[in-house]
Amino acid sequence: MSSGCDDMRADQQILIDWIKPGSRVLDLGCGDGALLHCLMQQKDVSGYGIDYEDERILASMARGVPVIQADIERGLSEYFDDDSFDYVIMSQTLQALSRPDQTLLEMVRVGRQAIVTFPNFGNLDNRAQLLFKGQMPVTESLPNEWYNTPNIHLCTVRDFEKLCRKLGLRVLESAVLNERLHRNLASRLAPNLFGEVALFRVERLTR
Amino acid sequence: MPSQLPDDSVGLVTPQTLHFAAPLTLESGSVLPKYDLVIETYGTLNTNKDNAVLICHALSGNHHAAGYNSMDDRKPGWWDTSIGPGKAIDTNRFFVVCLNNLGGCDGSTGPTTPHPETGKPYGPDFPIVTVKDWVESQARLADHLGIQQWAAVVGGSLGGMQVLQWSIAHPDRIRNAVVIAAAPRLTAQNIAFNEVARQAITNDPNFHGGRYLEQGAVPEHGLRLARMLGHITYLSDESMGAKFGRELREGKLQFNYDIEFQVESYLRYQGASFVGRFDANTYLLMTKALDYFDPAREHGDDLSAAMRTAKAKFFVASFSSDWRFSPSRSREIVRALLDNDLETSYVEIESPHGHDAFLMPGTYYQSAFQNYMQRVAQECAA
Repeated sequence: MSSGCDDMRADQQILIDWIKPGSRVLDLGCGDGALLHCLMQQKDVSGYGIDYEDERILASMARGVPVIQADIERGLSEYFDDDSFDYVIMSQTLQALSRPDQTLLEMVRVGRQAIVTFPNFGNLDNRAQLLFKGQMPVTESLPNEWYNTPNIHLCTVRDFEKLCRKLGLRVLESAVLNERLHRNLASRLAPNLFGEVALFRVERLTR
Repeated sequence: MPSQLPDDSVGLVTPQTLHFAAPLTLESGSVLPKYDLVIETYGTLNTNKDNAVLICHALSGNHHAAGYNSMDDRKPGWWDTSIGPGKAIDTNRFFVVCLNNLGGCDGSTGPTTPHPETGKPYGPDFPIVTVKDWVESQARLADHLGIQQWAAVVGGSLGGMQVLQWSIAHPDRIRNAVVIAAAPRLTAQNIAFNEVARQAITNDPNFHGGRYLEQGAVPEHGLRLARMLGHITYLSDESMGAKFGRELREGKLQFNYDIEFQVESYLRYQGASFVGRFDANTYLLMTKALDYFDPAREHGDDLSAAMRTAKAKFFVASFSSDWRFSPSRSREIVRALLDNDLETSYVEIESPHGHDAFLMPGTYYQSAFQNYMQRVAQECAA
C-alpha cells in the first residue's frame, strides 16, 4: 500500500512534519484531499476537509477523505464548536478569502492551533516586476492577471506577522521557502525578500 | 418498458412476500400480532454476508426500486437511476434489499390488508407506525435474511429519516449511512403541508371515516388534491417554470374554469394516476410518520445528543432548490454528526429540480454518490 504521500510539495511536507501523530485536523480548502489523505496515512490523523468546488469534493471522496462541501468563510461557525480540532490547516487559500483576518480568528477558535501557508507577495521577484515594469506581478506561484486572479488579498510575510500581533496570535513556528521551495540561507536571513511561500503555525495568546 | 433491457438495468425482478409471525410492539403501544413484508432484492449476497445494502423508501415509494416486474412495465422501479450494474448502488458489488414498509399499500401489511380478527380491511384501524417501528421491522427483515450488519442503509427524504434512525438504534448493524435530501425532523411549514393533504383526504365524502373499502368507495378527490399539493412542494418554482411556464393547453384563454394552463393539466394527471396506485389511509399514515420523526425530542431537542450512539460513516447530500427538505436541514444533520466526530462527507448539489432531484440523474450527484459507494464496496469482502 502506498504511503498516500506521493507528490507532496516541500511546503506541504513541512506542514506534515509540524503535525503530531494521532491529531484531529480540519483542512480548509482541502482541494483534491491529497494533503489530508497523506496526514491520515502517515500521521494517523482524523478529521475533515472543507471545500466548495464540486470537482475537488469528488477527488477528495475518491481518496476516502471525509469532506464537507461548504464556504469556508461561513462553514466554521455553522459546524464547529470551540477547540474541536488540534489543528486547523489552510494551505495556499488565505489570499483568496474575502476576510482573511476573520477566518484566521475562526481557525484559532475551532482549533487549538492554526497552520497557514500563503504566497509571500513581498518576494524580490514581485517587487522587481512592480518596480521595473510598473505592473502587477505575474509569477509561477501567482500565475493570474490582476483582473482574473482569485488571489484578492495578497500579503507579505511582514504583513502577516503584523496581523498576527493585531489579532492576538502567537507565532509558534514559521518557515519560508524560496522559489524552488527550498529553505536556503537567503530565505532564512531575509524571508520577506527571498521567500516565495510562507508557513506559519499560530495559536491564540489567550484562550 | 424498452423492447430490450438496458445493460445497466437489474432486469426482470420478482417481489417476494415474507411472513413474520412474532408480534411487533409499536411505538404507539399497539401490537401487530403478525405481518407480511414484500421485498425485492438485486445482486448476490456474498459468503461473508457483508455486502448487503438496504434501501428505505420515501412517502409514496415501495419495494420496487429497480428493474422491471414484467415486460409490459412502462417504467422501471422508482430509483432505477441509482440502482443497477455499474450504477451508484452497483448490483455487481452489492446485495440490495428494498421493502414496502409496514402500513404501505403494495403488499406489506397495511390498511388495505384484512384484519386478522374480522377479515375486513384494517382501514382506519391499522395502527399508526413510525420511523422507529419501520426500522425495527427492517431489523427483523435483516435477521430473516441472515444479515448481521448492512454495508450501507440508504434513503432519500422520509427514507433518509429511516437511515438516521438505523444509525441511532442499531449502531452495530450499519457500517455506512447514506442520507439524501432529508431532515432531522419536519418544520412547522412541512407539517402544515401534510395536514392540508390529510384534510383533503378525510373531508372527501367518499372517505367514510377511513372505511371506504368496505363501502366500495375511494376518496378519489381528496387523494388527488393531496398528491397535487405534495407534487407542487417536490418541485421548485424554477423547474415548474422551465417545464410549463405559462403555456396554455389550447393556445388561447378560454375564460372558464377548465384546464387552461399546462401546469394544471400536469397536476391533474399526477393526481389522477396516483389514485390508481395508492391507498388514502396509507397516505395519511405515511404523512404522520413524517410528522412524528424527531430523534432529538427525547434528548432535550439536542440532535447531537440524539446521535451520540451512532457509529456509522455518513454520506449526506442536499439539493439547492429543495425547499421541502432544504440544504439547511441537511446541515443540521451534518452538524450533529461532526459534533460526534463521525466520519462524514457532505455534498450540496446545485440542482433546479427541487426535492425530486434525489430521484433524478445528475452528473455531480451521481458521481459523488458513486464515489462514496465505491468506498463502501471496497470495505466488503469479494
